[in-house]
Amino acid sequence: MQNDEAVPITVEFSGGLEILFSNQKKYSLSLPSQDESGAPANVAFLVRHLCENVMKDPRKELFILDGTVRPGILVLINEADWELEGEDQYEVQKGDHIMFVSTLHGG
Amino acid sequence: MPPSPCALCKVNRALILRPKDHSKLCKTCFITVFETEIHHTIIANALFHRGEKIAIGASGGKDSTVLASVLKTLNERYDYGLDLILLSIDEGIKGYRDDSLETVKRNAEQYGMELTILGYEELYGWTMDQVVAQVGKKGNCTYCGVFRRQALDRGASRLEVKHVVTGHNADDVAETVLMNLLRGDLPRLSRTTSIITSTPSASANPSSNTNIKRSKPLKYAYEKEIVLYAHHKNLDYFSTECIYSPEAFRGSARALIKNLERVRPSAILDVVRSGEDMAKLVPGSDEGCGGVCSSSVPAAEEEEGGCGSAQGRSSGGEMASVEAQLRQNDAASEHNLETEITTAGGNGSGKQHGRHDSGAAPLSTAGKKGKKGFTPRKANKQVMGRCKKCGYLSSQDVCKACVLLEGLNKARPKNSIEVAYEVQDVSVNSIKDELKKTSIGAD
Repeated sequence: MQNDEAVPITVEFSGGLEILFSNQKKYSLSLPSQDESGAPANVAFLVRHLCENVMKDPRKELFILDGTVRPGILVLINEADWELEGEDQYEVQKGDHIMFVSTLHGG
Repeated sequence: MPPSPCALCKVNRALILRPKDHSKLCKTCFITVFETEIHHTIIANALFHRGEKIAIGASGGKDSTVLASVLKTLNERYDYGLDLILLSIDEGIKGYRDDSLETVKRNAEQYGMELTILGYEELYGWTMDQVVAQVGKKGNCTYCGVFRRQALDRGASRLEVKHVVTGHNADDVAETVLMNLLRGDLPRLSRTTSIITSTPSASANPSSNTNIKRSKPLKYAYEKEIVLYAHHKNLDYFSTECIYSPEAFRGSARALIKNLERVRPSAILDVVRSGEDMAKLVPGSDEGCGGVCSSSVPAAEEEEGGCGSAQGRSSGGEMASVEAQLRQNDAASEHNLETEITTAGGNGSGKQHGRHDSGAAPLSTAGKKGKKGFTPRKANKQVMGRCKKCGYLSSQDVCKACVLLEGLNKARPKNSIEVAYEVQDVSVNSIKDELKKTSIGAD
């Protein structure tokens, strides 16, 4: 837990959410292995990281609400519903594929 | 957390947590269960009959794409014997609908279904881009919604299809239930909770474009599971918000639904079921008569507010009908709803009342016989006639679409100086003239 290495992961946005992320669906990221308090990086930290460093759209509230992912946005950790993985407390592992899918956009 | 195995096959890793019962399923089992549940919905409600030609209202979005995929699968798996085709409405919104229609075209190829695209311009002489240029962005969803509902019926009629299915899901229905509760709109609450809405079978002209049955096979399917189904089956769908109603979900009943789901996922289906139960108490409703008179519940063109994803916001035209609705609601509460509640305790469930309209006199919820001076039918706005201008089924002399069109066409000449409109003015004016003629004739 002492290393400063970054965790390589891929992050994907779909269901209309990519609009908030410069219309780019897939990102390969190096996430700092520890969060602000030195705890292992979890999904909550990833979400903050995305908001601060990746998202250029000012409408942060369309992605984050009350400190967590906005209701109506599904999070899949290696294809599994994040609710099966501990939600935002899930500690990000090397090579993880984390996907955010909006259900809010109509057709 | 160690990965949990699938609750059904016990072999594969669970990837899905079902919102309705918290069961953990693997991808394969989830897809099977999702399809099977829709099959049960179809069978339990007798939505289809063998040999029926069905038009799937296809927008290219997740719901209609999943609907088309599931119906194709089930039609083959259970040998429904259905002839499935796709019907798309082109509202004429550049950068939105033209893109989503490309998705529908791909879907048509992928599913081997015939596709018909019908445009607002062709039907009404106005694209939504032109409507917005005229009325502005506020309230334009009302036009779009009114036009679209008629357009689906007209398209179906052209294709000689008697049944249109739409991709409305449980979240949509729950949202509508909440919206109609908040508005106090009982007749609409009743109509929108029905899985089937149909125009009167006794329609004067059997080939009329109003005699179309509508149903929502995904009524009990969670939006979350629809998105997961599309994801895990790699379905090709389009997901960009309409440019004229961006962020329609903010601060809406939709957001409330999603927040409820976060706290307690079963809340969505609970709201849907509650809506159905409340609908039974609405006089003259489909549910109120125990489904016996379902064939006579008209799907009026004013079924819902704006567009599916934008219902949460108030749309401009709404206020027009509020007064009439209030009257109906008053009648409803005076003559039926209150009576129903007070007597229900002694007599068992509302469903039973529906079957015994000869029973306790106050229980005219059943609606059909109407022993009192005023029948509950009267309280309901479903006194259907025909639009004097276009012949479309309408509770008013002139249907909503024609009223909106008249307004648009009246205002149009003001803009005729603008170069951009020159070309269109020809057609618009001729339509206007036609409308004038018709209205004179009608009067």
